[in-house]
Amino acid sequence: MNPTPASTQAPARASVPAAPPGAALALGDDALVLSHRLGEWAGHAPVLEEEVALANIALDLLGQARFLLSLVGDEDELAYLREERAFRNVQLVEQPNGDFAHTIARQLYFSTYQELLYGQLTAGDGPFAPLAAKAVKEVAYHRDHAEHWTLRLGDGTEESHRRMQTALDALWRFTGELFDPLDRLDVDVSALRDGWLALITRTVGQATLTLPTGPQSGAWTAGAGRQGIHTEPFGRMLAEMQHLHRSHPGATW
Amino acid sequence: MTSADWPLWEVFVRSRRGLSHTHAGSLHAPDAAMALRNARDLYTRRSEGVSIWVVPSADITASSPDEKDPFFEPAADKPYRHPTFYDIPEGVRHL
Amino acid sequence: MTTTAPDARTYEAVFDATVAADERIEPRDWMPDAYRASLVRQIAQHAHSEIIGMQPEANWITRAPSLRRKAILMAKVQDEAGHGLYLYSAAETLGTGRDELLDKLHSGRQKYSSIFNYPTLTWADVGAIGWLVDGAAITNQVPLCRCSYGPYARAMVRICKEESFHQRQGYELLLTLSRGTEAQHAMAQDAVDRWWWPSLMMFGPPDDESAHSAQSMAWKIKRHSNDELRQRFVDICVPQAESLGLALPDPGLRWNEERGHHDFGAIDWDEFHEVLRGNGPCNEERISRRRQAHEEGAWVREAAAAHARKHGGTPGEARA
Repeated sequence: MNPTPASTQAPARASVPAAPPGAALALGDDALVLSHRLGEWAGHAPVLEEEVALANIALDLLGQARFLLSLVGDEDELAYLREERAFRNVQLVEQPNGDFAHTIARQLYFSTYQELLYGQLTAGDGPFAPLAAKAVKEVAYHRDHAEHWTLRLGDGTEESHRRMQTALDALWRFTGELFDPLDRLDVDVSALRDGWLALITRTVGQATLTLPTGPQSGAWTAGAGRQGIHTEPFGRMLAEMQHLHRSHPGATW
Repeated sequence: MTSADWPLWEVFVRSRRGLSHTHAGSLHAPDAAMALRNARDLYTRRSEGVSIWVVPSADITASSPDEKDPFFEPAADKPYRHPTFYDIPEGVRHL
Repeated sequence: MTTTAPDARTYEAVFDATVAADERIEPRDWMPDAYRASLVRQIAQHAHSEIIGMQPEANWITRAPSLRRKAILMAKVQDEAGHGLYLYSAAETLGTGRDELLDKLHSGRQKYSSIFNYPTLTWADVGAIGWLVDGAAITNQVPLCRCSYGPYARAMVRICKEESFHQRQGYELLLTLSRGTEAQHAMAQDAVDRWWWPSLMMFGPPDDESAHSAQSMAWKIKRHSNDELRQRFVDICVPQAESLGLALPDPGLRWNEERGHHDFGAIDWDEFHEVLRGNGPCNEERISRRRQAHEEGAWVREAAAAHARKHGGTPGEARA
């Protein structure tokens, strides 16, 4: 690789917000990271129609992420130049795709939460209102997609039932964090928990599955993602995502 | 057909209000609800539609095995069905 | 209805007259078996190319260097899945199911465009694919919008309309690299060096060696010869490369005043045939990846089918 001209050196690390507080960053990171995970499905989906569906969801989320990160600073600096510990997404969205059931369980938990949250945000007139108005329709569709698949996998074959139950159970401990309060947000996030639980309980029941019973957070995971503590796979995800951008400091793409 | 084969659905899209649904293509889906969703993702991802119908391909009854022939010939000898068949004096309007 | 069935000769005459009049053949029309077989082969190969073609580009989705580029690339790869679906849908109107076609792809009995057996080694390859590979594809595809088979022609109209952004984003990507840092410029040039010749091969063997060309032209499945389209593509690319500030890797490339076209160097047809035979850099990977996705998805497809059987196909919630 040729040396990069000095004039295009990257901005000093110090100019990158180390960990700007606020809900915009947290929600932006949620959308960014989940979009990335869904993007990993490209070419791997169980059926071609689902390639299109998963990509639609990923693109919606990426659009949301770009809007939200832009409220905080430069979207690319934030996405590509922050270290793992500066990301504020919940741990749920960074969990690896696993099999299709894991991806659907992650989608179900997260999109149900996101729809409730954005529903609240549309009501206010804060900086998120314009985004929320558009995003609430997008995430309603994401939730609908996840619910339909949960029903089909739960009440499909023995194998799919087993896989779906395993996935719901495995990701359950990452759901408590969703309801931690978000900095500078005039929505009582913890109050969303009851509505969320009711919706999940209904879908899981319809799908002949069992609502997981374990704790919704582990000793380590309670509120951790929002404070920059992530799970091991996240570092590898970031390494892949950021590598090219970081290899050419200051370059334009 | 194996157990995992999903049936074929025909997709009809109303591109905007005031127009009828037009055949857009087909897709595979396990059931009607999924067919609708797949159709939305596939055939309207550039906002090409305001409403979608899906119909199992197997449920469509076609006019004749050979579209060209008998069904459509007879209509050709009934030109009086078409407005251009009639001579209207010049100057008569709103007709 | 009491019409007597016309005999095969009459049917054939109607078919010939329809094609001669530049009208479209529709699925339920009578058509010669060889016409049907030829279409299935071509449409299937085209559909397979779209979905195998997702792989080299999807290879860079997780590493796209800006969020804007990432969104563009995801949308493009998604389009390719969509185009594959349009084309499989066109093939199904000829009585061949998608499962059967996928089987043939997975077992190597049907082909896809050899271009996708080349690897995407750097980010610039995403640009080169957009500019050159999609450019070549569009040159091939635009005439197919007037193909004699209705469903194929209609699918191509939709595809061409949607693909117009594919080539542009590739060109813009390369332009940004070419005008970027020295390292970026070199990356762009390297990608063009590697993709130029394979792109020219996309038009298929020279006319005098092309197995299916003559009959396809007569049936108006194909409208222009391989060499004609290849020449058109070269003529389009030369000034575009100049604007990019990138060189095309062919010392023999020069304007021929007399012909009114660019002359270009000899294509390495041995390489073409080798890749076609399965000895390209990524033939194995592409097919095994595809097969793996299909096999790993089997339980999902089975689950949804089982659910539909249990619940009587779940009527759509809104009736028209």
